[in-house]
Amino acid sequence: MSSQTTQRQVNARTSAAGVIDQPSKGVETLREEDRETLLRMFHQMLLIRRFEEKCAESYSMGKIGGFCHLYIGQEAVAVGSISALRPDDYVITSYREHGQAIAKGISPETVMAELYGKATGCSKGKGGSMHLFDASVNFMGGHAIVGGQIPLATGIAFASKYKETNQVTVCYFGEAAVNQGAFHESLNMAQLWKLPCIYLCENNMYGMGTSAQRAMSMDDVATKACAYEIASEFVDGMDVMAMRRATQRAIERAREHSLPTLIEARTYRYMGHSMSDPGKYRTRQEIEKYQERDPIKLFRARLEENGLLTEDDVKQLEEQVREQVERAVKFADDSPDPQPEELTTDIYANPLG
Amino acid sequence: MATQVVMPKLSPTMEEGQVARWLKKEGDKVSMGEPLAEIDTDKATMEMQALSAGVLRKVLIQEGESAPLGRPIAIIGEPDEDISELLKTATAAAPAKETVETPAKLPESDKAPAIEKPTAEPEPTSKPEPSPERRPSNGRMLVSPIAARMAAEAGVDLKSVQGSGPSGRIIKRDIEAAMKEPKTAGGPKLRPLAIPKAQPGAVYGPSAYRDEPMSEMRRTIARRLVTSLGPVPHFFLTTEIEMDRAADMRQQINTLYPDAKVSINDIIIKVAAVALIQHPQVNASFQDKTVRYYEHVDIGVAVATENGLITPVIRSADVKSLIDIAGEVRELAGRARERKLKPEEYLGATFSISNLGMFGIDEFTAVINPPEAAILAIGAMTEKPVARNGEIEIHKMMRATMSCDHRVVDGAVGAQFLQTFKQILENPLYLFLGS
Amino acid sequence: MAVITMRDALNDALREELARDQNVFLMGEEVAEYQGAYKVTRGLLEEFGAKRVIDSPITELGFAGLGVGAAMAGLRPIIEFMTFNFSLLATDQIINSAAKMLYMSGGQFKIPIVFRGPGGSAYQVSSQHSQAIESWYAYFPGLKVVMPSTPADAKGLLKSAIRDDDPVIFIEQERMYGMKGEVPEDDDFTIPLGVADIKREGTDATIVARSLLVPTALKAAEQLEKEGISCEVIDPRTIRPLDIETIIESVKKTNRVVVAEESHPFCGVGAEISAEIHERAFDYLDAPVKRVSGADVPMPYAKNLEQLAIPDVPQVVAAVKEVTYS
Repeated sequence: MSSQTTQRQVNARTSAAGVIDQPSKGVETLREEDRETLLRMFHQMLLIRRFEEKCAESYSMGKIGGFCHLYIGQEAVAVGSISALRPDDYVITSYREHGQAIAKGISPETVMAELYGKATGCSKGKGGSMHLFDASVNFMGGHAIVGGQIPLATGIAFASKYKETNQVTVCYFGEAAVNQGAFHESLNMAQLWKLPCIYLCENNMYGMGTSAQRAMSMDDVATKACAYEIASEFVDGMDVMAMRRATQRAIERAREHSLPTLIEARTYRYMGHSMSDPGKYRTRQEIEKYQERDPIKLFRARLEENGLLTEDDVKQLEEQVREQVERAVKFADDSPDPQPEELTTDIYANPLG
Repeated sequence: MATQVVMPKLSPTMEEGQVARWLKKEGDKVSMGEPLAEIDTDKATMEMQALSAGVLRKVLIQEGESAPLGRPIAIIGEPDEDISELLKTATAAAPAKETVETPAKLPESDKAPAIEKPTAEPEPTSKPEPSPERRPSNGRMLVSPIAARMAAEAGVDLKSVQGSGPSGRIIKRDIEAAMKEPKTAGGPKLRPLAIPKAQPGAVYGPSAYRDEPMSEMRRTIARRLVTSLGPVPHFFLTTEIEMDRAADMRQQINTLYPDAKVSINDIIIKVAAVALIQHPQVNASFQDKTVRYYEHVDIGVAVATENGLITPVIRSADVKSLIDIAGEVRELAGRARERKLKPEEYLGATFSISNLGMFGIDEFTAVINPPEAAILAIGAMTEKPVARNGEIEIHKMMRATMSCDHRVVDGAVGAQFLQTFKQILENPLYLFLGS
Repeated sequence: MAVITMRDALNDALREELARDQNVFLMGEEVAEYQGAYKVTRGLLEEFGAKRVIDSPITELGFAGLGVGAAMAGLRPIIEFMTFNFSLLATDQIINSAAKMLYMSGGQFKIPIVFRGPGGSAYQVSSQHSQAIESWYAYFPGLKVVMPSTPADAKGLLKSAIRDDDPVIFIEQERMYGMKGEVPEDDDFTIPLGVADIKREGTDATIVARSLLVPTALKAAEQLEKEGISCEVIDPRTIRPLDIETIIESVKKTNRVVVAEESHPFCGVGAEISAEIHERAFDYLDAPVKRVSGADVPMPYAKNLEQLAIPDVPQVVAAVKEVTYS
């Protein structure tokens, strides 16, 4: 038994630690949604799951280089929250971004091509897994410095307010980023200046190999909001409908009142921090325990329960998703490398002399 | 009977050996042929064998020390023999380490005073073309990049430029200064000359000399050239000399000393003599099996008389003053025309000068007076337009043609002499710099 | 032509650009109600309002990142650092976000932001408040670095920097805010970035100087003129991209170069200029390039020590004499 597990048992907290072991409180009624929306959400979660599994395969074949941070297990957070957004709302996130990118609308083809470092990638092959960008869907990246995206998000929200466009910005980050000064500086400014920004913390309980308990004197992220008088909410990140509802509440706050929200979504990643992580800091049992609350499994069960999904539907969707992923891989495989000239382009928007 | 062990010749080219290791120590028994020591020669380390039997009584030279061939390095004898005499002669026989070439003995001449050899050494013989990498042995030539470029473009010889930058770096300012100077054919810069003084009242006889055996190459050149060009294989070198400063100097001297009546030819004689001292290979003569190099310059001055050409000799013109030379030339030429010259006054010059300038001859080639190695033919000095730094200027120009005996003087050697001659004649103040 | 201080010239530039483009806004510590720590932003709050001229908390990393994010979303922020010493806190956002955004997004997100403020030494403000760190920022492709030395240059260059679509590090000098100079009164007066200025023509030596050392170089040139040495003084104005061509043309003419700067010598802008001159104009050099830099020490407090740490006219004069072998 690892020392971390012992520590967690000893430091069992009532407010936060236990929630994820229980189904969501609150009645997120499916009946308020149309079937199309729900199926789309389910499809997206499945697509992200299969896409990430394919990434793991491609990475081990050497087709993806550098770092590859997989989203497997956290699909409900991205899909649930982004499903509540307007298409022109902004999303900005960290390097564990494939899920958000696909949910926001970047095609799996261009994402895979970017991962393969091809010219047809969404960042022309110059960003890679950690720097996916797509201005056409207001997907603002992909940032590799932990917490670096948080002040950027604050600025994007500032611009929306300045231009009076009513747009909302959602900023995703892990619980370990909460320790960065940039987090605190940003929340302070966001509340001070009333910026329409949703700070969405994906608490998967581990910052690389360090559990939250080992990194934070007070590991209750949502509670930290009181330091900034900012609205906050604690959500079961394995429940896609709970995520959707929580995000909708925050969006209303942002659009109507131009106020920020801090959402803490409890979730879990089934794979390691990245493809290079041997994952020795967690036990097999722990992972299996959280796999019982696999967000896709949970949602599928609920949809089937409510007669919105049959086994055939699932088979069809799986087939569709399989094709989509195959298409993405083929596209990436067939695409050319960037031209050598691309080495020295895009350094300046206005190159001089 | 005690014997000396001497440094043996252990290789054909060995001249001295170093004792690397003694294989026997004092008191050891030695038998004939036994190895006595290891000697480092110029080629290898060789074993030295004993040439007598007995006991090694004395080691005269330690490990690591050297001795020339034949020097006693040990004594072998009977154990109780008296070797004191042998020891004395052994240690006394050590000759001086330096092999000084004994100076060539001067022929006993009653009035030969101690003659100082001029200490001015000529510039190391090198190609006339300047190349910035070549430098006298005391280090790299430092040149700033722009200075190197300017020098190359302007044809300035870097070797002739004194660098005023740190560590003697030649810099832009130095090249600018060199470009403003009148061109002196870009030859090597002359060092100040040591002008030895003639002893007052001394009378000079024919110059002392030394004979050197001819090298194989020299013999070959002589043999082959004679068959192609007649008895003396001549070749000719011409140069045009800017005489303005020499002419000015003559005028100033004659203003200061009206009685001196120094002529241009007198200046030419003096300059030739000084230049010959710097180029001793020209102040020489072909002596069949040897080449004779003279220590002084005896200039034969061609004088036209009714009966023909005669060359009275100005002895040791290299040490005589201009005024003395002028006087001597006048006097000798006068007696030459009166047919009152003694043989020793017109024979045995080391170099001759013939001047037909007064006849308006621009240039001509003279025939060498054997056994001299060269003769200088001087043309008229006339004002001419010449190009200087891209501008036309008027200067007094004079052409000099040197005939050389190819058996003794090669092209480059003759040319270098002529270059020096021209440099001094164009800047006659060199004569008075001294060292 | 008006004769105004550098402070006022900068103020004019800000005012004109805020008026010209609604997307331009200004944020920093004390820029609004305090009228600017150095009065450079005086009067702007009153004229443009709190939406566009914003006082920030002391939160450099935060507001620098906010500026970059706002630029991503289409605004043109001017972010003031009270001094560039404090920009060190913000370097992650300046370098990892601003400098790289366009490149790593494959050309999708340009960052038209200006980070401005005073850099270099002041008067006895000691080591943490006196750093000249332009070479830090000039190191990164993706950033532009500008350093004006006169009121006219300050105004023209700041306007161009604000209109430029790339992140510009605009480093002023506190000691020079009060300097007076002629400035064209045209309200569209701009000076292009990336163009050096020959502040004084000469033939014997080139002095390349920036910011605080430009007046020093000019004084040295005047003194040297009396001694028969004619100096050409070049102010690069933009450090990155550097107008090396103008400098090289001058080197070809004079053959000797002195670089004068208040920053440390090691890995400084002077080292870069020297390297480029040696690479491109080696054959024109009469002497190696000589740098006159600030002392390689943290800035001391004591007045006399501080003076020793900053190059003065005699030092520049001596350097020119060294390269001209005078």
